[in-house]
Amino acid sequence: MHLIPLGDSAVTVELGEAVDPDVNARVVAYANRLIEQGWNGIVDVVPTYRSITVHYDPIQWDLTTLTDRLLALSCSYPREAEPQGTLHEIPILYGGDHGPDLEAIAAFAGLEPSEVVTLHSSVCYRVYMLGFTPGFPYLGLLPEKLAMPRLPTPRPRVPPGSVGLADRQTGIYPIATPGGWRLIGQTPIPLYRRSGLDPFWLKPGDLVRFRSIERDEFERLSCEMAHDHDRPQLRPRRV
Amino acid sequence: MKRKRTEIDVVKPGWFTTIQDLGRYGYQRYGMPVSGAMDRFAAVVGNRLVGNPDGAAVLECTLKGPELFFRDDTRLAVTGADLSPTLDGHDVPLWECLNVRRGGRLRFGMRRVGFRCYLAISGGFDIPVVLGSRSTHCPSRTGGLDGRPLRAGDLLLGGSFDSDVDGDVERLVGRRLPDRLLPRYDRSVMLRVVLDSRRELFQDAAVSTLLRSVYTVAPQSNRMGYRLIGPPLPRADTHHFISEGTVTGTLQVPADGQPILLMVDRQTTGGYPPIAVVISVDLLFAAQLGPGDTVRFVSCSIVEAQALLRTRGYLLDAALPPITVNRRSL
Repeated sequence: MHLIPLGDSAVTVELGEAVDPDVNARVVAYANRLIEQGWNGIVDVVPTYRSITVHYDPIQWDLTTLTDRLLALSCSYPREAEPQGTLHEIPILYGGDHGPDLEAIAAFAGLEPSEVVTLHSSVCYRVYMLGFTPGFPYLGLLPEKLAMPRLPTPRPRVPPGSVGLADRQTGIYPIATPGGWRLIGQTPIPLYRRSGLDPFWLKPGDLVRFRSIERDEFERLSCEMAHDHDRPQLRPRRV
Repeated sequence: MKRKRTEIDVVKPGWFTTIQDLGRYGYQRYGMPVSGAMDRFAAVVGNRLVGNPDGAAVLECTLKGPELFFRDDTRLAVTGADLSPTLDGHDVPLWECLNVRRGGRLRFGMRRVGFRCYLAISGGFDIPVVLGSRSTHCPSRTGGLDGRPLRAGDLLLGGSFDSDVDGDVERLVGRRLPDRLLPRYDRSVMLRVVLDSRRELFQDAAVSTLLRSVYTVAPQSNRMGYRLIGPPLPRADTHHFISEGTVTGTLQVPADGQPILLMVDRQTTGGYPPIAVVISVDLLFAAQLGPGDTVRFVSCSIVEAQALLRTRGYLLDAALPPITVNRRSL
């Protein structure tokens, strides 16, 4: 465990060297544990691939005291007691206007587009972290065969719900933004809702499976989501 | 006590005017940027001058301020950049609480110094709280006025809470920030930074280049961050940096070596290695820079940075004590 101060009001706690599901599980557990403590003056806790950035109020904390407390908060967490991430099934309409790079990805992988869809939706992905925009999940690891680099020039506008990939990661754009990931499809389910009880659908440590859907289901789900229906939920189970 | 409502018409919106408070905390782990006033000091002082708690919503006006028509009496304070504000044709003193009468018209003119100015009104702006804050984050259309900058024809409501100091109005009017606490904004500033301890992220020359060069704020700069143009900061090509959390004030360095100074709408995580972080007490000077302005950097320790922040807090509290009120809507 490694502590790296970021300026005068944050410190990053590093728990590992690499992008690895076990390291990330400890990161999520540590972040949740820290949040549970409810220490005054800890204003944000941000888990990422292999580290946790702790934002603190320097009026209430000095770095030495905080460092001692963070080190004491053990990062070893009994496996059994570890909170399980929720498993989500995310419907995607692959290809066409919804995934304009599908053909290019297929050519890159030496596969048929349908085989790319099968491969992309065959993996259970881990939400390593959220970032970039509200609710944007960094999912991994993408099968090696599909690990295509980013576009040389980002698109000025990627529509919300677009599913992209870059290197060994795949992710979903919750809001319209510029973006350089290769777009493979689109989900009708909003990842970020400004109003409502659950603004952020995915949480760090959750698991995600993609399900290929046809246009009619995409249209139906889009309509339901526009009317503020709840997002589809799998029955709770341990994963 | 009767709740005071103030109605304000937006006659002209200005170049980029948004509702901000001290930011949206607690959601960075879901990728939600903090937002809030770029110049927190100016926002806090404006609020204290008119008798508001520090976190009340204010208007952040950028470069060219709005034209506002007051339908009711209220008190206001204009702080931060000097964008030549006038009330009914008379110059408005900055960093001072003044009365505005029903029918008053607030206008702004040319930029004299600074880039962002703040308008605080008695009782704050009455805006729904989204995820714990009234701050506007335009890219995700969150907070503020439907997540967007002001438009002509908008009606702003003031007075989201009752102020306990209402009986003491006369004491507030004319009160100003003491001269010794006035920030000296400039178009050419020296910012103190805490250097990142991971020297292996950069080539040896990078830190010395950073500390002896002048960088110019590029036109592609906004509330997310400023692109800085100047001598490149060479990264170590052996090191693969894995995305981690970012902080406001981070100087992150993309492959081309041209640093980006992250500001309040920054992404919560970043994949470019950081070389240094601007210290909290100096962020207000960064907030007041516009394209073409220049910046230099000087190294500072964390202990010193935190001591400076505490000292400024004591001095401000002594001059303008924080205000606690009975807030009806948080």
